[in-house]
Amino acid sequence: MAFTLYSLIQAAILCVNAVAVLHEERFLSKIGWGVDQSIGGFGDEPGIKVQLMNLIRSVRTVMRGEVKRSTV
Amino acid sequence: TMDLPHHGYRATKQRARAAPPQADPVLFEDTSSSASAMNTQGYYTPGYNMGAPSSDMQGGAGMDNLFADPMANAAMMYGSSLANQGKDMVNKEISRFMSVNKLKYFFAVDTRYVLKKLMILMFPYTHQDWEVRYHRDTPLTPRQDVNAPDLYIPTMAFITYILLAGMALGIQKRFSPEVLGLCASTALVWIIIEVLVMLLSLYLLTVHSDLSTFDLIAYSGYKYVGMIFTVLCGLLFGSDGYFVALAWSSCALMFFIVRSLKMKILPSISADSMGTGSAKPQLRLYITVATAVFQPIIIYWLTSHLVR
Repeated sequence: MAFTLYSLIQAAILCVNAVAVLHEERFLSKIGWGVDQSIGGFGDEPGIKVQLMNLIRSVRTVMRGEVKRSTV
Repeated sequence: TMDLPHHGYRATKQRARAAPPQADPVLFEDTSSSASAMNTQGYYTPGYNMGAPSSDMQGGAGMDNLFADPMANAAMMYGSSLANQGKDMVNKEISRFMSVNKLKYFFAVDTRYVLKKLMILMFPYTHQDWEVRYHRDTPLTPRQDVNAPDLYIPTMAFITYILLAGMALGIQKRFSPEVLGLCASTALVWIIIEVLVMLLSLYLLTVHSDLSTFDLIAYSGYKYVGMIFTVLCGLLFGSDGYFVALAWSSCALMFFIVRSLKMKILPSISADSMGTGSAKPQLRLYITVATAVFQPIIIYWLTSHLVR
């Protein structure tokens, strides 16, 4: 497998795009990964699932450039 | 100081990165500009001293007394001020992306450190003390602490690996200049992938260690030393030598990575009851072991096509 830097940039853009198009209502809430389901315990260790949901939400916010609506 | 790496991890990291400008002026001060200013002043004074008596005697011999000529003086001053402006502008632009002081820390090496580190990389089984030593919250430079990661060895090893790959392909009569660039970018891409995966897994598991991005680049660049050794043995001793060297450098590198990262990722004697159960230490162990196991795989992948 011979990689070039261009193929790495392509793969990165496609991955980020895939994360950005995950729809909040239709998909993430259905499988229990919505933003309103991530406020769990307030201990110091959020856990993998909460971290992943935060990551997805922040990627979507940065990539879409929208103003946050009522569901913070 | 035993619980310093565990408490206030982020604070330590930020303090560590903010403190260096006052900590070690010899390291972080750019002495090249003052040295060159002294040099040019040294040029000017003998020029003037030589120019004055000889112009009295010979009336303006311009060849020998270049620096006594006022026009050349003015031109040199103007050129050096232009160069300084350009240097300041470049520094300002670069320091927007990464801190140059942090980068200078990784290149503060000397010969003794490089030799000891190379020996540890190839034969880590006799090294006793793997703890990175601190000096008032700032990590010690590689000059003073053998366990500190540096970026000099990975950079040099990377370039040497590319040249060696070109030579190995030339021996097999498969060389062309594009292959060199392809090999270089493949190796670079694998480093980037590995560093990104490490960063992602450290973030997801909320491991508060003081491993910065440059540290991870350094640790994943150490495998190039093993790769160079493997390729050399493969070229000199044929296929058997290649596999023996591959096994040796894989074991040494796995041991090195596990011992080095264990100090930073796994809490060793944590007195506080962090972690909600036994899931956390196991996951951190998995990260360390996965990083170690990844090294031989990538060494084999990147070198097997060079030694047929």
